[in-house]
Amino acid sequence: MPRVHVFARDHINTDEIIPARHLTTDVESELARYAMEDYDREFVRRVRPGDLIIAGADFGCGSSREHAVWALRGAGVGAVIAPNFARIFYRNAINNGFLALECAGIVEAFQDGDEAVLDLAGGTITNLRTGQTLRFVPVPPFALAVQRAGGWLEYMREQDAGAAGTPTPPSLNTPSTEAGHGHPGTPQEDAHA
Amino acid sequence: MTLPPQTLAEQILSHACGRPVYAGEVVTCAVDLAMVHDSIAPAVIRILTEELGASGVWDRERVAVAIDHVAPAATIQTATAQDGVRRWALEQELPHFFETGRGICHQVLLEERLARPGLLVVGSDSHSTAYGAVGAFGTGMGATDIALALATGQTWLRVPSTVLVRARGELRPGVSAKDVALFIARELRADGATYEALEYHGFDAFSLGERTTLTSMAVEVGAKAGIVAPTGAALADDEVPEWLGVQPGATYRRVLDVDLTALEPQVAAPNFVDNVTDLGEVAPSERVPVNVVYLGTCTNGRHEDMAAAARILRGRRVARGVRLIVVPASSQALQQAAEDGTLSTLLAAGAAIGTPGCGACIGRHMGVLAPGDVCVFTGNRNFRGRMGSPDARIYLASPEVAAATAVTGYLTDPRTLASLPA
Repeated sequence: MPRVHVFARDHINTDEIIPARHLTTDVESELARYAMEDYDREFVRRVRPGDLIIAGADFGCGSSREHAVWALRGAGVGAVIAPNFARIFYRNAINNGFLALECAGIVEAFQDGDEAVLDLAGGTITNLRTGQTLRFVPVPPFALAVQRAGGWLEYMREQDAGAAGTPTPPSLNTPSTEAGHGHPGTPQEDAHA
Repeated sequence: MTLPPQTLAEQILSHACGRPVYAGEVVTCAVDLAMVHDSIAPAVIRILTEELGASGVWDRERVAVAIDHVAPAATIQTATAQDGVRRWALEQELPHFFETGRGICHQVLLEERLARPGLLVVGSDSHSTAYGAVGAFGTGMGATDIALALATGQTWLRVPSTVLVRARGELRPGVSAKDVALFIARELRADGATYEALEYHGFDAFSLGERTTLTSMAVEVGAKAGIVAPTGAALADDEVPEWLGVQPGATYRRVLDVDLTALEPQVAAPNFVDNVTDLGEVAPSERVPVNVVYLGTCTNGRHEDMAAAARILRGRRVARGVRLIVVPASSQALQQAAEDGTLSTLLAAGAAIGTPGCGACIGRHMGVLAPGDVCVFTGNRNFRGRMGSPDARIYLASPEVAAATAVTGYLTDPRTLASLPA
């Protein structure tokens, strides 16, 4: 089961998610090393593939850098669940097939380290410790299809090929390992040393 | 049949879609201009060429590329990435390629009249809302969206609802457009217009620069676009399309009234843009020591901003222990400052002048902050770590407050400086 990391503060911005000093690359595995660095320097050591971030309102405000999504995705984050999101981050998430789920009351319902079950088809998230289930704003069907395809570009390719079919939601507890649109290639030497 | 009245955002998106559209609709529409800058361009170009397989852009005349975010490049890695952008722009024979030193993308596109009233402009920068100064719908997007726009000339948008900012009165001396922008953030809060547009009425007396100060900060309340009603002397030389204008009866979700005459100098204390109070309320019983004053950015780096600072700095010196860094928003602004003596005044006061561009606004070069630094910044964000060290503190304020602060070494109301010895 994915564990949750609760970042309760509202307005967590893209400078905190991936500081601009690290925008010298778009390689996801590189960016992943600095995910959330200016909010919680220890996060990258704690996060495990498929973990969820639960955050306060207006998550991802600030710059347009898609690197914020790439860094989180690269770090293995399966989804971010927050009361709402800043619009550019939200767009970037959709385009990369990364789940940004809007859910009122989410911060109050979880503690750091709780285990969660995310039911994308049913539109719910359950806290295994408390048994409480919350309903999130349904993901638009096209966004689900994009998520399933692994991103907007992949989705369009499928559309072009006529292979998209009826979108069916994936299981979120086994998050895609697709790399989104951050560079999936070989990590380069650390240029920040 | 008469159509229901529309907001400025609805008018521009209707024009871009070729049919009347209203708030809430998700539309696909034609982009008039797409902008990309050096910080994001490498990712955009990679997505465009490698993932989309596009051999070029949809219309060379409608694409602008600026080297402004880390210009001149600060590291070998950045220089290498920029070289890739430069080679791509030259290979593509893009007519609107703006090199190191020309200035900040938003200011340059306004100066070059590429951003014009009624256009839909998308940019790889969140402050693309700035284009609303001239009555355009400007909006920021990520690399994938911009790559798609470059390839196809199309984008998708949800037509935003609109928050109306309605001003009356006139600003008093020592109070400026930045104080209005900060006051709007104070009232609406950082997510007060998320997914929405701002529309500004009552700013006919504002210059294009003052309007840009307002619209560049629309994104700081979450807005998708911020559009000033395209009337007044500032737009006298622009062709405003006959279909674009304020329509009585348009639907506004919320109205924020601003009394310009009553407005005091504002300051956003660390670490949030909406952490705004009257300057006089910041630590009223004690001084807030400041050791860095940074004047620049798309919000307040224009000639008129430098001139406003110079009026305060004339005959005065920057306080010992303070560094004043001035980064003009564009080469044109710098040229103008050189011609009218503004630059001499700034230099005589002890200012360091940087290459026109974004400067340390994103904390990558040209005066990044050290741990413990306290900076008064004329820019638009004071997030933790924004300008360098996460252990620096940033106050957002007007050029007037910045200049007065540079003289005293503590947060200072410019109106009190007259009583201090020059």
